[in-house]
Amino acid sequence: MAQSLPTEMARGVAVPSARPSALSSLRWTLTDAVTIMRRNLTQIRRQPEKLSDVTIQPIMFVVLFAYVFGGAIALPDGIDYANFLMAGIFVQSIGALYISTSIGTADDMAKGIMDRFRSLPISRAAVLLGRTGSDLVQSMLGAVVLALSGLLIGWRIEDGILSGLAGFALLLLFGYAMSWVGVFIGLSVRSVEGAQAFGFIAFFPLTFLSNAFVPTATMPRFLQIVAEWNPISAVVAACRVLFGNNVPALQQGAWPMQHPVAAALIWSLLILAVFMPAAIWKYRQVVSR
Amino acid sequence: MSINGRNAPHGMYAVEATGLTKRYGEKVAVNGVDLAVRTGTVTGILGPNGAGKTTTVRMLTTLLRPDSGTGRVAGFDIIDQAHDVRRSIGLTGQFAAVDELLTGEENLMMVGRLYHLAGSEAKRRAHALLERFDLTDAARRPAKTYSGGMRRRLDIAASLIAEPPVIFLDEPTTGLDPRSRVGMWDVLEGLVAGGTTLLLTTQYLDEADRLADDIVVIDHGRIVAEGTPDQLKKQVGGEAIDLVIGDPGRIGEVISLIQKTFGGEVNRTEVDGGLALAAPDGADTLVRLVRLMDDADIAIRDVALRRPTLDDVFMRLTGQDTSAATHEEAA
Repeated sequence: MAQSLPTEMARGVAVPSARPSALSSLRWTLTDAVTIMRRNLTQIRRQPEKLSDVTIQPIMFVVLFAYVFGGAIALPDGIDYANFLMAGIFVQSIGALYISTSIGTADDMAKGIMDRFRSLPISRAAVLLGRTGSDLVQSMLGAVVLALSGLLIGWRIEDGILSGLAGFALLLLFGYAMSWVGVFIGLSVRSVEGAQAFGFIAFFPLTFLSNAFVPTATMPRFLQIVAEWNPISAVVAACRVLFGNNVPALQQGAWPMQHPVAAALIWSLLILAVFMPAAIWKYRQVVSR
Repeated sequence: MSINGRNAPHGMYAVEATGLTKRYGEKVAVNGVDLAVRTGTVTGILGPNGAGKTTTVRMLTTLLRPDSGTGRVAGFDIIDQAHDVRRSIGLTGQFAAVDELLTGEENLMMVGRLYHLAGSEAKRRAHALLERFDLTDAARRPAKTYSGGMRRRLDIAASLIAEPPVIFLDEPTTGLDPRSRVGMWDVLEGLVAGGTTLLLTTQYLDEADRLADDIVVIDHGRIVAEGTPDQLKKQVGGEAIDLVIGDPGRIGEVISLIQKTFGGEVNRTEVDGGLALAAPDGADTLVRLVRLMDDADIAIRDVALRRPTLDDVFMRLTGQDTSAATHEEAA
């Protein structure tokens, strides 16, 4: 078991020492991100129950709202509840993936794997790009599962396929931005339990204080203002517009409700612009265990 | 009295540090630590729990920025050339950093890829390391099925895949059963035979005694002693003799006899009829003692010349015996 290493093996530095150019260092960052992303996806393959967040759970919500609450919710004329609901379910499920991002990040911290990554000669962004990249893949998978279950309850894209695809692109952009929030939380709380608790506590009020499941018109004035400026509402409203699941009555109120696509883009890019650098900064600072 | 001699030319030391200091609020975790690890040797940082061993390693491996002081690893500055340091080191932390859901082989391949080895090369080295660390049979099983010793071996294998010239091991055998510990020592001795420089931390004296060329004893963030294991043992004092006489009833008589002849201090030990005395002349003292007993017609049940162990050193320097350190760790 303990044969000695050949000496040239023990002394050589494996990685070429020349300072890489900016282009090649970007290429290596992406290559390393893909290596880490593939590792995360292998984890999911070994533990498929990790996918329940984007499969079973949203389907339960679809059934719950479509058949249990749906009948009791008053909608403006011209839209049925299946079409109203699906944008809300999409945003809720894809947005909530940040919780699994934060859990995965906290898990890597707690198990010392972050230390291993941080002691390797790879760019600091690569680990986080790999994590958010594998979550983007999960988001896509979740979107497909949800779209299929939506079709079953009567949801349709009614404004052409291109506009529909634009809706999904916006949804994934928002999900991707949120996964950087998840990285930041995971690096900050450091424990799986903490990440879990924090994720749910933060996200549930955010989704229910929005237009995701009910029109804001019936809310008290104060909550209505909160709901109209809630980023979740902007993305939901934008998806309704792009999926063609919209009626003019839903587009009243504050500026984001009148210009939902622009508002959703601004919100997503703003979240990215804040949390991407914040997460990378945190990663440099962080001391795990 | 540094045995490391700080004036040697560059390249002779794989790890150098001057005045490394790290504070956490009020608490000074590491307080002005100087190190010089000669290339191709093993240095053991020995100290109780919370002495600052891990913090020192984390600073040297670029995971933590020192508040003050400087360090070079493989000739690279740990702050200004952190990326180059990372290219030159392997780190095995205190907790086996393996991905439990990945197989042993996948774990090694992933780290190999992150060192930018080509896929085929990463695979070749992964297989060689699995073989060397006795993990071939488990190569395709997820690491969560591994025993503690196997995980630790996989972790060390991962830090070797790029064949770095300097390896840091933070308490490589803490938490392992005795058999796995001995297995790990064999592995580490094999590494050193191949020319790798090792810096390891440990709270186990036997481990430092067996593996390290040089030992740095650290307590409360400060170096309290350094030297080779032999030099440290000498610091505590010379050899001693343990004597057990056949008739415990004559012990008083024997004590005064020895004191009259040798002049030094004689202490009773826990054993019935047991005595301990200093042996300034080593074996000569022993021979004279045996003759003395023989002439006085005192039967000897047991007699032994004892060299001080590192336990004695540790206790003397840190005021804490090793079993206390172990209890603390278990708590």
